[in-house]
Amino acid sequence: MLQKERHVLVVFPHPDDESFGSAGTIAQYIEMGVPVTYACLTLGEMGRNLGNPPFANRETLPQIRKQELLDACDAMGLTDLRMMGLRDKTIEFEDPEKLVKMMTDLMDELHPSLVISFHPTLAVHPDHNATGVAVIEAMSRMPEANRPVLYTKAFDNDTLNQLGEPHVVHHTPDVADKKIAALRAHASQTVWMLPDMEKRWAANDKDALDWLYNEAFYIHDFT
Amino acid sequence: METVDVKHLQELLDSFANKDVYIHLETTNGSYASHFQEGFFNAGAFIRNVIIRYELGKVTGESPHRIGLKLPSGWIYAQGITHYTVDEHHRLLMAGLGPDGKLAVALEISETPFTY
Ligand SMILES: [Zn+2]
Repeated sequence: MLQKERHVLVVFPHPDDESFGSAGTIAQYIEMGVPVTYACLTLGEMGRNLGNPPFANRETLPQIRKQELLDACDAMGLTDLRMMGLRDKTIEFEDPEKLVKMMTDLMDELHPSLVISFHPTLAVHPDHNATGVAVIEAMSRMPEANRPVLYTKAFDNDTLNQLGEPHVVHHTPDVADKKIAALRAHASQTVWMLPDMEKRWAANDKDALDWLYNEAFYIHDFT
Repeated sequence: METVDVKHLQELLDSFANKDVYIHLETTNGSYASHFQEGFFNAGAFIRNVIIRYELGKVTGESPHRIGLKLPSGWIYAQGITHYTVDEHHRLLMAGLGPDGKLAVALEISETPFTY
């Protein structure tokens, strides 16, 4: 059972980041009546999956992924989605102060008690790590008494070695249908992996069900 | 996008020659390449909304095709192009899609700027 929060702020760079790692957590908080805001920094403009034969091109993909993001938020019950207008694969090259200000403005407006984002070095994609860096920098500048808790997602192959076991694991089987619906909403990103996953879920494959039912986070240490 | 029709694509390349045009050029293995395959040497390049003027544009080879643009004092080329389209904004969008449907290369030419 999750703890009651005042407000949860989720910050990820790509449409689908929220669904892969945190859809169950988001859906559970919303069912508990906790307000959840999702700040999605880009529209995944540089996504590679266009299909062959293609269903999209480089210039139409952002609108497709925007609609998928809106549908995934509907599936999770999330109503406060912020699309932050940055471009996919450029986060690490942005002016760091611009990013910190973006995060600070969100914290000042929403006063979250919990923030969920990526680990600053173990989140694999450069956009993921850069997002974590900006969130941590903004939060480290807050007075300690006002600072929310920060959960980070880490999935680099070296994560277990560097960080040990996750500090928090949310068990979310009761909202698995919402997580699956959110993943399905991101069809341009998931259509190649979901049919296989669905077979494994149906066959009670332990790893696949673990992946669906459990969401792991590391608590960031600001000291 | 449709698979490349060489004759038609050549006509389109000709139609943008000797004009100031905006270019999008991209090659990519995807940001996860070295996550899924340890030791994979991940390389790529990206430019967008750079204005150029080419005097000669050519599509060559069997699919996947090569596209070369000769500039007054330089060159642009892309290899691996399989698909193309002209969109409603009259932009020539070319892409190289692998059999898995993943984009590996894109070259786009437009008389108006691409979005951000
Ligand atoms: Zn991502």
